[in-house]
Amino acid sequence: MTIKATNICCSRGPRQVLQDVCFSLTSGDCLILRGPNGVGKSTLLRVLAGLSQQSSGTLELDHEEIAYSGHLDAVKFQLTIAENLSFWAGVYGTDTTAQVIAHFGLNDLADRYAANLSAGQKRRLGLARMTLSNRKIWLMDEPTTSLDAEHTGLIAQSISDHCFAGGIAVLSTHLDLDIPSAKTLDLLQFIPTKDTNTSIFLQGSF
Amino acid sequence: MLALFTRDLKLAFRSGGGFGLALAFFLIVVMFVPFGVGSDLTLLARIAPGILWIGALLACLLSLDRIFQLDHEDGTLDVLATSPLPLSGITAAKATAHWVTTGLPLTLAAIPLGYLLNLPEPAYIWLFASLAIGTPALSFIGAFGAAVTVGIKRGGLLLSLLVLPLYIPTLIFGAVSVTKSVDGLNPLPSLILLAGLTLFSVVLMPFASALALKANLN
Amino acid sequence: MSFWEYANPVKFMGLSGRLIPVLSVLTALCLAVGILWGFFGTPDDYKQGSTVKIIFLHVPSAMIAINAWIMMMITSLVWLIRRHHVSALAAKAAAPIGLTMTLIALGTGAIWGKPMWGTYWAWDPRLTSFMILAVFYLGYIALWNAIEDTDVAADLTSILCMVGSVFALLSRYAVNFWNQGLHQGASLSLDKEEHVDNAFYFPLLVCIAGFVLLFVILVLIRTRTEIRLRRAASLQARNT
Repeated sequence: MTIKATNICCSRGPRQVLQDVCFSLTSGDCLILRGPNGVGKSTLLRVLAGLSQQSSGTLELDHEEIAYSGHLDAVKFQLTIAENLSFWAGVYGTDTTAQVIAHFGLNDLADRYAANLSAGQKRRLGLARMTLSNRKIWLMDEPTTSLDAEHTGLIAQSISDHCFAGGIAVLSTHLDLDIPSAKTLDLLQFIPTKDTNTSIFLQGSF
Repeated sequence: MLALFTRDLKLAFRSGGGFGLALAFFLIVVMFVPFGVGSDLTLLARIAPGILWIGALLACLLSLDRIFQLDHEDGTLDVLATSPLPLSGITAAKATAHWVTTGLPLTLAAIPLGYLLNLPEPAYIWLFASLAIGTPALSFIGAFGAAVTVGIKRGGLLLSLLVLPLYIPTLIFGAVSVTKSVDGLNPLPSLILLAGLTLFSVVLMPFASALALKANLN
Repeated sequence: MSFWEYANPVKFMGLSGRLIPVLSVLTALCLAVGILWGFFGTPDDYKQGSTVKIIFLHVPSAMIAINAWIMMMITSLVWLIRRHHVSALAAKAAAPIGLTMTLIALGTGAIWGKPMWGTYWAWDPRLTSFMILAVFYLGYIALWNAIEDTDVAADLTSILCMVGSVFALLSRYAVNFWNQGLHQGASLSLDKEEHVDNAFYFPLLVCIAGFVLLFVILVLIRTRTEIRLRRAASLQARNT
């Protein structure tokens, strides 16, 4: 299980945000993307997830192994926690809903509607979905937003466990997470310099 | 895909939005017709097939934006797009769920509403058949429109502008088959054409919707 | 030298810049000759009098209205398959022209229809199909305007154009079917070929050539504008 990114360039709308991003990861690695807001962390994660297309560069990873969580929770308020999770279990074709609920301490909340959950509980639900997917590559966009120290610790612990079990995680966060195998990648170094915009409309003169 | 289908049904029943609203809208449209054209029963009988088809079509249009919009807003669509389900399967499951919660109840409701409009006796079976056969096409074509407009805020009006022209053949074949049965002619040819159109939509539209969704998630 | 090189904005701007003056002269010539010949150099019809001469605007605009959509269909397909930006922008540029031609065809048809059939509008299959075409154009243009990201807009409008083409064709047959279904045999015939005499035929050909040229230069000019807009947007994005 590897991810290999070579000279990835990506753009948001007409604007190029990242240039020549290179990294490679193997089983057990965790990569933390850093950089100020707007530098392109979410954009890069969406490219890795296959939701967006890179404008150039090559990306080698197994799309069948991806579990993605964006900055939105993907939680349905009208469903209970158990229903939310069993829906995702159906989507991913796994049947470990009960174990996952127990593992994340959601037993007491299982029959509660997701509308009544706190931000931390919703994130925990999102994390449970990642585990439930039984996929090796976790891509997580800001998993620690609006969480207290305890929940942040829980997230770090889950990601560590996942990597220890041979998975790969790529995430963006502003906090210092306690993940032993974590490497950081500062995206500021990939900001394109002014004269490298490759838009076809900027070439030549007319 | 089955999980997605049953979840969409559950959501439609729990939030009450799409399910009951379309029926209420259909009832109100039918109720308004006598207010607009007068209560002359022979006139109503003559225009009943068209009114019922247009009413059902508009009621169906009403709930189209919910097919993808809600899942787009809370991030579910992004996660689904990275899941093992193909995008075309996702749109097919969602369009089917839309039909079960909208097209099917509208088809059933059309019978009593037809009585209110003095629809002649022999036409009921054809009204039921044409709606049962035609409304899946409405859901699948509508899902395409919803997929195209999913990224647009307040895209409801645009959705109508895009989808209504695509509904023209369905409306014509559906309404003509009922009208013919009222006139004592053979409604079967138009019904067969309608069935062909539905098959075409059900088989091919999910792929067009998937393309549109992919472009929108970019 | 491959044809596809003109999908490059620089090449396209260069070629179109040289073509436009030549084509403009040709267009003006064709339209002037065609319309003057048609209006003043042809005899009045024995039944319709001089009303018939609106044919010189009606038929060419109707032809362009349909062919503009076909051109959009082809350029959209080129964008979807080969990702040439100029192709997508040409489709965008052609849509308002196609819509205008559709409206001209409907308008001149109405003016012609009043003395001929005693009504400006009838739900004849052809008229109805043109109204449907106008609605398809409207939806296409509205979709372009509603999406901010231009590449996403190009993708979605191209897909809409493809699907719309299929359904426009289906609508055409459905409308024929509907009209027969409701009023058996009572439809008005709009088939002009029956009453077109050679005296009308040749000026009509010149007019059609003029309209085709007019369409081509309008599309070129509008595509150039779109390319410049994209360049301006790219410059703005680079400098902020």
